[in-house]
Amino acid sequence: MKTSFRTIALVFGREFRAYFATPLAAVFLLVFLALSAGLAFFAGGFFERGQADLGPFFAWHPWLFLILMPAIGMRLWADERRSGVIELLMTLPVRAHEVVIGKFLAGWAFTAVALVLTMSFWLVTLYLGSPDNGIVLASYLGSFLMAGAFLAISACISAMTKNQVIAFILAAIVSFLLVMSGTNLVLAALRGWAPAFVVDLVQSLSFITNFDRLTRGVLEAPAVILFLSTIVLALWINVQVVDAKKAA
Amino acid sequence: MQLVQASGLVKTFSRLRAVDGVSLEVSRGEVVGFLGPNGAGKSTTMKMLTGFLEPDAGTASIAGHDVFSDPIAARRHLGYLPEGAPAYGDMTVADFLAFVGRMRGLSSAVLGERLAEMVERVNLTAVWNRPIDALSKGFKRRVGIAQALVHDPEVLILDEPTDGLDPNQKHDMRELISAIAPGKAIVISTHILEEVEAICSRVVIIAEGKVVADATPSALLDAAVVDGQRPTLETVFRSITGSKAA
Repeated sequence: MKTSFRTIALVFGREFRAYFATPLAAVFLLVFLALSAGLAFFAGGFFERGQADLGPFFAWHPWLFLILMPAIGMRLWADERRSGVIELLMTLPVRAHEVVIGKFLAGWAFTAVALVLTMSFWLVTLYLGSPDNGIVLASYLGSFLMAGAFLAISACISAMTKNQVIAFILAAIVSFLLVMSGTNLVLAALRGWAPAFVVDLVQSLSFITNFDRLTRGVLEAPAVILFLSTIVLALWINVQVVDAKKAA
Repeated sequence: MQLVQASGLVKTFSRLRAVDGVSLEVSRGEVVGFLGPNGAGKSTTMKMLTGFLEPDAGTASIAGHDVFSDPIAARRHLGYLPEGAPAYGDMTVADFLAFVGRMRGLSSAVLGERLAEMVERVNLTAVWNRPIDALSKGFKRRVGIAQALVHDPEVLILDEPTDGLDPNQKHDMRELISAIAPGKAIVISTHILEEVEAICSRVVIIAEGKVVADATPSALLDAAVVDGQRPTLETVFRSITGSKAA
């Protein structure tokens, strides 16, 4: 498959700047910081635990991302379709996968900005005690990978509609299912009738279970592979959707 | 070689046959006016010519490259103004045109030259650093033309380039199209019949997805002479498409 990295870089640059062209970026970053701090302090007992670690902070990330990543991803394609720019974009001498990758990377880089801004928590724990920095780094990496998986799913769903709100809701629902698939609520419902390997499969796909592993400081290959392969699969579907719309 | 070549294009949406076997050839230096009532299939045909939509049947090529099997090569030779002149509203005119130029593979040096030419030719000086969202309809349309011209393509496909422009702007746009016409193959769709007479060397009229007339404007008028009186293009248009549209 031929790929022009120049095209990917151009799309990336345009989309990354677009996040900051509206107040959306500032609102998003503020909401993310406020929620992740608020949840860690008030619901997670950040201080009361008496431990200098970031566990209560990272524990909320799956739940935060399942709302925030669809918010970042929803405009990537739906807005192009609504405004008609998609017609201009896809008649430029570019390949669909170059645009798909460029847009995704822009959203992911924006997420990285948000995560970097939360590193003040890390500084706080460094001041208060001596956190295990290996665990913190692994957790940040895990959080970034999981965010990428949510984002790729959101971008893919965004390509299926011209309505950003629909894109947001559908992406949030799919993300919710992926988060919930590791909980006892879902697993108990399956255990009654499904064969054991199905239950294991569903559990192994759970974003929460895999993310928890990473936040315990073990860079486990299965968890990393799950998030990366989710990204690749979602982006591949994204390309197919963009191509299929030509024939529609 | 025909710069634009399409044969037997067919497109069906759910059960509506929007385009039903349209064939079209445009050679260098020609400006083809693509006419037809609303819903006749003009935009759909243009979308297939540009490769944005895949036809159910038929082929299309731009400058000798098939738009479906060799899309990248075909699109390099193509400048396209989609219906409504869509653009990234959050970008300034300068940023947007630079983005399109770079996506089209222009080097920085060439891009600088081409942008300078666009500012002058399409008259964008006043709005060069303004966000596109803040522009009037006329300026937005001109930005759309500028992005189609930025790489100096051999083939231009313009979907209603003068829609929403005031009479002065329409005049300027026609002048521009006439000025760049030699050396290019241009297809423009329009509802404005005087425009066709002013700038088009050929008229293709489609109705209900089929080509119903393909001739020079004067030949079309000559063919419709009644009692030694040459009718207006509007009369011809109405008589050709009116019965079907009604």
